[in-house]
Order: sequence, then structure tokens, then C-alpha cells
Amino acid sequence: MEGVAESQRTLYPYVTGSSVVAIKYKDGILMAADMGGSYGSTLRYKSVERIKPIGKHSLLGASGEISDFQEILRYLDELILYDNMWDDGNSLGPKEVHNYLTRVMYNRRNKFNPLWNALVLGGVKNGQKYLGMVNMIGINFEDNHVATGLGNHLARPILRDEWHENLTFEEGVKLLEKCMRVLLYRDRSAVNKIQISKITDEGATAFPPFSLKTYWEFSAFKNPTVGAEGSW
Amino acid sequence: MTKQHANWSPYDNNGGSCVAIAGADYCVIAADTRMSTGYNILTRDYSKISQLAEKCVMASSGFQADVKALQKVLSARHLTYQHQHNKQMSCPAMAQLLSNTLYYKRFFPYYAFNVLGGLDKGMVGYSSQGSGSTLIMPSLDNQLKSPSPLLLPAVDAVTPLSEAEAVDLVKSVFASATERDIYTGDKVEIQWSS
Repeated sequence: MEGVAESQRTLYPYVTGSSVVAIKYKDGILMAADMGGSYGSTLRYKSVERIKPIGKHSLLGASGEISDFQEILRYLDELILYDNMWDDGNSLGPKEVHNYLTRVMYNRRNKFNPLWNALVLGGVKNGQKYLGMVNMIGINFEDNHVATGLGNHLARPILRDEWHENLTFEEGVKLLEKCMRVLLYRDRSAVNKIQISKITDEGATAFPPFSLKTYWEFSAFKNPTVGAEGSW
Repeated sequence: MTKQHANWSPYDNNGGSCVAIAGADYCVIAADTRMSTGYNILTRDYSKISQLAEKCVMASSGFQADVKALQKVLSARHLTYQHQHNKQMSCPAMAQLLSNTLYYKRFFPYYAFNVLGGLDKGMVGYSSQGSGSTLIMPSLDNQLKSPSPLLLPAVDAVTPLSEAEAVDLVKSVFASATERDIYTGDKVEIQWSS
């Protein structure tokens, strides 16, 4: 570690958030995330907001290091503020914000000092829906539905089966709830306090946190290792 | 105990295969549209082909973020070239620029596997790069390579194909690669010019 030891950088994450799931629907974008903040494998914080509105047209969701997410929010606040000061009636849309984040993330990985996040950016501007992702090393793409972390394994197969272009708001929320329920059952760092936000041409709305109804009485849940000899 | 925390690498392999076939009066360039990481598919519709100049196209696979950066550098360099010389870059010039750009980062490389194609004075050739290249290249050799470079009198290095035949060949090598390579699939994007 000679030479490197002098500088401070994120070598591993401390407080982390779990998956974010987002979809396009008829009128815009829907995004869901739980509110857990894990300190290693301890569920340390239980009311962390991981979905935030950015400017007039965008929503940003983050998994990974919470403090890095807060730093990104400060960058974006400054970006939006300086853009506003031109006072030219222009405003940054989701495409621009996503592109900016892409460059920030890739630049930081080039400096071997990554921002430890996977980010989801959704938004609507002039009736144009946008949904994209960036991760800590700068990989980025757009799609009709995206998910970070374990959501990639558990939520996206469901979305590939059930997503379609003309989902209504109610259908979209139902689909996200289905994904979040699977994640709640199978992702050990997920907590049952979930936030859903939407963004349409009218702007962003964050709905109050809620809990999913769960059912744990399946016999396989009660004694999962019965019949698995040698297991505890 | 050794490792207790998540670790990171500045690289990833997002997979993908690229193919190009150039005949005397045409060039076909193709790549699949799958983008993966490990056993995950990130998206099924990501274009790996970039139009660098009027008669110069590049298909790239490897680490998507590096590929994006490479495409951006080449496009920017082409823009300054146009301003300085008032013309489009030729294909060999772009190939040299690609080579230099990659070597410039020799000690922190762009993890990108590229095929550059285009139209230039009837030059012929073919190539394949990326995750499926080990499956594709032997097929291309089999269909296009001359029996031996030692034959006298010398024969053409590349079996002449019509443009339609070349496009069909591209389709069939991708159909084969998709069967065995998990990083190749979903769709093929084929561009051709003549």
C-alpha cells in the first residue's frame, strides 16, 4: 500500500442501501426502494431515503454506500443551481443528469477512488420518458425497467415477464410491490419499510413509506433445514 | 479470517461479439446487442456499433464504460480532424488513430475489443472480436480464407463474396455463436455500406 496509504479513499463501503427497482409506466416512471441502511450485515438505520427528486424532471435512486450517495446529491444540487442561474428557461432533463452521473462515476473509477453506488435515474421531460442506470465503475445503459443489486437477480426476471408499455399507475405499483416482496423474503438486508416515488410530466411525487403484507407460515419457512442432514 | 468486506475492480467484462467482412465494393459490420455482467443480463438492446466517420464504422465489446470512453475520444478526435483538414478521416487513418489511442493507455488499458470497418479503395478482409470470437473466427476462416498463402501463383487472401452472401454469412456465424456463448445473443445489429 506504499504511496496509496497517504490518501483517503473508499476501499469498502460502510453504510449501504439495498436494491432499487424502477419501471416505465403509461405516464412516466415509478421507482421503489426500501429504507434500510446496513452497517456491514447489521441493519443499523431503518429510515434512510434512497430515492430523491433531482431538478424538475428527474428521480434518482441509489443503492450502495449512503454517504457517497449524499455526496452525489450535493454535486447534483450544485449542478442544478448553477444551471438555474443562467435564468434562460432551460432546465436539465433526466438524460442530461444521467449523462453527468455517468461521467462522474467513470472519472472516479479512473482515479481509483470510486463512488460506491449503483444509481438509477428516471424522469420525464416534454412527454419523453427516460430510465437508466450507472454503477460504481461507470457501466451505464437505458431500459424499460431496471434494478440494482439483488434486484438484478430477483426482480428483473419478474419484470421481463410482466412489464409492458401501457402499465397504469395502479398496475405499476402492484408490479413493484411484487418485486419488493420477493426481495424482502430473499434479500437479508432488505427491510419492510418501502418507499415508492413517481415522476410524470407534472413532476415528482414521493409516497409515504409503507409495509408489505407478508406471510411466514409456510412449513418450509418454519423449519427450513429439516431433512437437510448435517445442517444446523 | 481474511476478507470481510466487499471489494471492487475497475474492470468488468460485459461481453458481446463483433464481426466485419469487407469485400471489394462493400463492408458489412455487425455486433450483438446483449450486455451482460457475470451471469446477469443488464440489457438486451444495447448497440455496440459506432459510426466514427462517413465511411468508417467500429463495433466494440468488452468493458462498456471503457468502450463508451473510447468511442467518445475517437469521435472527438475525428471532429478536430474535420476542422483541421476539411475532410472525413479515411479508414486506415482511423485504424491508426485507434491503435495509437489504445496504446496511449497501455498501462491502464481500455478493456475494449474492436473491429473497425469501412470502405477504402477496394481493400478486403474480415475479422471477429469479443466473447464469441473463438467460435466465429474459425467459421470465417473456413468460408473466406484462401487455402494457403504459399500457393503460386498467389490467390486472393479472401474468397470473394457478394454483399448478400456476406450478410448471410454474418447472420449464420452469429446464429452459431449465440448457441454456445452466453455473452452473445438477443439481437444482431448489422450495418453495411457499398
